[in-house]
Amino acid sequence: MDKSNKFDVRHIADLAGLNLQKKDYSKFEKQLSLVVNYFEEIKKVNTDDVEPTSQTTGLTDVLRIDLIRPEDQLSVSESTSNTDKTHNNYFVVSLLLTKE
Amino acid sequence: MEYKPVIGLEVHIELSTKSKMFCSCPAEHFAKEANTQVCPICLGLPGALPYTNSEAIDSIIKLGIALGCKIPEFSKFDRKHYNYPDLPKGYQISQYDLPVCLGGQWTLDNHKKISITRVHMEEDTGKLIHRKVNGEKVTLVDFNRSGVPLVELVTDPDFESPKEVDEFLRDLRHLVRYLGISSADMEKGSLRLEANISLGRVKGREDKRVKLPDYKVELKNINSFKFLQKALSIEIKRQSEILDSGEKVNQETRGYDDYNKKTFSQRSKEGSEDYRYMPEPDIPPLIINKAAIARIKKLIPELPKEKQMRFKDSYKLPDNYVDLLVNDQDRADFFELAVKIGKAQGIDSKMIASAMLNNNLDRSSSSPADMVKKLVEVTKKDYASQAEIEKAVNKVINGNKKAVDDYKKGKTNVIGFLIGKAQGYLKGKGEVGLVRTELLKRLEKK
Repeated sequence: MDKSNKFDVRHIADLAGLNLQKKDYSKFEKQLSLVVNYFEEIKKVNTDDVEPTSQTTGLTDVLRIDLIRPEDQLSVSESTSNTDKTHNNYFVVSLLLTKE
Repeated sequence: MEYKPVIGLEVHIELSTKSKMFCSCPAEHFAKEANTQVCPICLGLPGALPYTNSEAIDSIIKLGIALGCKIPEFSKFDRKHYNYPDLPKGYQISQYDLPVCLGGQWTLDNHKKISITRVHMEEDTGKLIHRKVNGEKVTLVDFNRSGVPLVELVTDPDFESPKEVDEFLRDLRHLVRYLGISSADMEKGSLRLEANISLGRVKGREDKRVKLPDYKVELKNINSFKFLQKALSIEIKRQSEILDSGEKVNQETRGYDDYNKKTFSQRSKEGSEDYRYMPEPDIPPLIINKAAIARIKKLIPELPKEKQMRFKDSYKLPDNYVDLLVNDQDRADFFELAVKIGKAQGIDSKMIASAMLNNNLDRSSSSPADMVKKLVEVTKKDYASQAEIEKAVNKVINGNKKAVDDYKKGKTNVIGFLIGKAQGYLKGKGEVGLVRTELLKRLEKK
């Protein structure tokens, strides 16, 4: 993002896997600018004494013993229950050409 | 023009833990029925929270220590985003700026040092199968592999030939198996290789330094050590021809086609560089202190290179014997036990190694002791009997009057010549100690 808060909406839509129409670009560009500009407000807060963190709990090393717990697993009918596109227990998606 | 290959590696190793990286589903996924080893965590269902497998962390630290890496005290996970059906959360939990292991080193047989840039912990993705179903080309998704612990190792571009790459990878596979952290089986996909390769121009006839190239070609989806060697050699030729003709080499990802002995351009995921890494908020950071490292160090067995040195020193075996034995940890242990047992029975280490490596006697024996027993029987059977020895000695004494006289005059070193003669009659099957005793008995008597 450059200084003028212009967004490459098409690129962002690509990354998010969204199919946007060209006519929507300017609409979303404006909306995104509004959101990001709000951070200008937050920037006004003095954070000199605040350590950057990605954690809020103060916990460390939350580890699990290496054990299989069958009771945590889902059955195939449960795991595929959110789709009607299945084939022999597999999820089915439209053919992907990009990988090969 | 003279060029020097500049090659770096990226190796993925699937760990052989019992359960997955962040959930309690089984990690062993090979040839399992699709989507039978899944749960809300590895399916990326809303609200599911990852719970880190301690064994996976121990495993990567073991590897890091064995490769001479620094294990920083503070480490954390990050989210790497991209949209693909094999990634149900829309991101992969990986490590970005603070991996578990940093800056290791590996020494090749030619004493060259390869720098290990980093080794980090992540999770595997689901498996995609492209197939025709009811006349329609589709992609099938199986999430059994989703969330299996995966270690990624990255080297500096320090390799200068396909041969160096091959040696390093074989060493690495060996090391990983000794550490017991992965089967490192390429056919099952628990070891996956990627190489980046470019050619640097050698500065001059005298000055052999290399001008670093401004591009790199990534070789991906290569499924054996042999194919990687071939693909690298073919790339070196292809790139040098392009550079010789004054053209630029395209920066791209290429695959290898063994049938046509060619590498080929692969279309890569669009915008794949835009991963939008961010710290994983659902997993508290790891603190790996000195006590933890000391505990894990104690779990590391004797490693292949150390074992090789020790075998050469203590058993005085030829290099190829040592390599073959050390290549297989169980066989090396079998050998050492057999040597210990064999010592008391007059079976030496070379005989044991030869019986194992040339005749596979260990494979048909139930234990080292059983094999030694067989060896004792075999050697006994092959030795000439006492009567045969006496007969041969008789012939020697009667047929070599001059040597016998010489011996009596004090030239005792002719005994070697006489033993040789006796062995001739015995076709080499005489036990030397017995032949000598018998000869001396006769010589002293006369």
